[in-house]
Amino acid sequence: METLVMRAGGWLVVALLAFFALAYSADAGFAVHMGIVMLAALITLVVTLRGADYGAIARGVLRVPADQSKYDDDPIRWGVIATVFWGLAGFLAGLYIALQLAFPALNLGLEWTTFGRLRPLHTSAVIFAFGGNALIATSFYIVQRTCRARLAFPALARFVFWGYQLFIVLAATGYLLGITEAKEYAEPEWYVDLWLTVVWVSYLAVFVGTIVKRSEPHIYVANWFFLSFIITVAMLHLVNNLSLPVSFLGAKSYAAFSGVQDALTQWWYGHNAVGFFLTAGFLAMMYYFVPKQAERPVYSYRLSIIHFWSLIFLYIWAGPHHLHYTALPDWAQTLGMVFSVMLWMPSWGGMINGLMTLNGAWDKIRTDPIIRMMVMALAFYGMSTFEGPMMSIKSVNSLSHYTDWTIGHVHSGALGWNGMITFAALYYLTPRLWNRQRLYSLRMVNWHFWLATVGIVLYAASMWVAGIMQGLMWREYGSDGYLVYSFAEVVAAMFPMYVIRAAGGVLYLGGALIMAYNIAMTIAGNLRTEKPMTETPYNEAADRPLVPVAAE
Amino acid sequence: MNDYDTLRHFADSWGLVFMTIVFVVLVAWPFLPGSRERNNAAATMIFDEEHDDG
Repeated sequence: METLVMRAGGWLVVALLAFFALAYSADAGFAVHMGIVMLAALITLVVTLRGADYGAIARGVLRVPADQSKYDDDPIRWGVIATVFWGLAGFLAGLYIALQLAFPALNLGLEWTTFGRLRPLHTSAVIFAFGGNALIATSFYIVQRTCRARLAFPALARFVFWGYQLFIVLAATGYLLGITEAKEYAEPEWYVDLWLTVVWVSYLAVFVGTIVKRSEPHIYVANWFFLSFIITVAMLHLVNNLSLPVSFLGAKSYAAFSGVQDALTQWWYGHNAVGFFLTAGFLAMMYYFVPKQAERPVYSYRLSIIHFWSLIFLYIWAGPHHLHYTALPDWAQTLGMVFSVMLWMPSWGGMINGLMTLNGAWDKIRTDPIIRMMVMALAFYGMSTFEGPMMSIKSVNSLSHYTDWTIGHVHSGALGWNGMITFAALYYLTPRLWNRQRLYSLRMVNWHFWLATVGIVLYAASMWVAGIMQGLMWREYGSDGYLVYSFAEVVAAMFPMYVIRAAGGVLYLGGALIMAYNIAMTIAGNLRTEKPMTETPYNEAADRPLVPVAAE
Repeated sequence: MNDYDTLRHFADSWGLVFMTIVFVVLVAWPFLPGSRERNNAAATMIFDEEHDDG
């Protein structure tokens, strides 16, 4: 009882502090955010006070199987649902801003719905909300299975999930209100950064705590990748977001660095966010789910260790390739380029390791659409990790930089590699977490696969054309020494490519909607009666031993 | 020499040597004699039938 009073009182104090911060806030955006924080604290207070077993009610709503396994899977189930939800939100936002580029009237003339504010909403929703929830859920799933230990600090694990959702809501609403540090992929302001730091350190504690209490002596390689992702993101986040708020009751802050130092810190952060959030973390998924789904051990465990250390040692230096031909010292640009080119090797080592895991089971690509998704994810991992080093070469970069080629490259990695491996992981997890016989429909997985694949192809191909055309038009000089094309002429020339790109987005979103329906039906416990993916060909008449015939 | 120069010269001399040695040792580790069985055990550990892992 006393602890209940203490906890409820604590949440009330938080709500009151948020209320005072709201009342004395220096700007409207900060006031809205403090209102959201107050609301979150009050909801938690009510949940604490009602004393009802909300866990049991939630398990009823989510149709969680009664026989709980020895592992703590509730936060993972929430994470699966959150991943699907934020994925749909992020893809929809992306499609909308793609259409805005083709049809500017869709900016609606409102400051909250302009491209500039919706674009960080899209990038953060897909990277941090969709990708982040997928990473948290799969890391909790994998670390328990490979350590054969229940999640350490169960209450803290739940705090990580809900705290991360609050971070997402604060970040997303902030973008719409125009609250931003104007640093790509690090837009949230100082107080949201501090909140994320608290959540992230808790995440690290749960993950490391589970590894420490493991009953399996060896730490499986997927956990190495997850651990490097968690630690590196913590370091990147802390350094890049060093800033001084103008007022402790206001949203605005100024970065600790200025000029080219700030730019280099930002792209050290930005590129390693790609390297450790979108690569190392998702490779951890790959090193667990691909062997499990293929039912074969990873092709070479040695190669996976070399892959790991090479990524760790090389990725951290590649950031300066985002700043070619800027005020950054030339040696630093060259350093970034050289390390980016070297990164090609470990990346392809990892891709080959993943693909060759299917060695001897290649027929599964035909029969198992989940394996097909994983193979496509690895293929796109290979393609984008070849394209990236190529684009980091200075002479290539002088054509590709600031054009839509970069956008195409990012999306072949994000839609192809991160998206596909996450979808495959969700399809793997859902029947197991809800103790279902199988997914609602394997044919729908197949539809999702083809819609997503064709969507990515339309996206990447149109952006290659748009980017190279844009780069060539910008640098085109006439015989009189003047630039041939004005900026607006280049924009007008890209209209067809923008429409094709949006069409690709429609297909990708359509695939994700099918996935959402499929996963919802699986959770509800339904099985679709459908023709199986493959028939077993059998000809009884031909299946007989040869009868010896006497020579005539 | 100011701090920047000192740090830079350390980074591209002893710092570089240190990082290279650490990297080579870590990459050579799985090739130590007798590591083949350990690696195989680690790779197949996720399929251990005695544990109900889902």
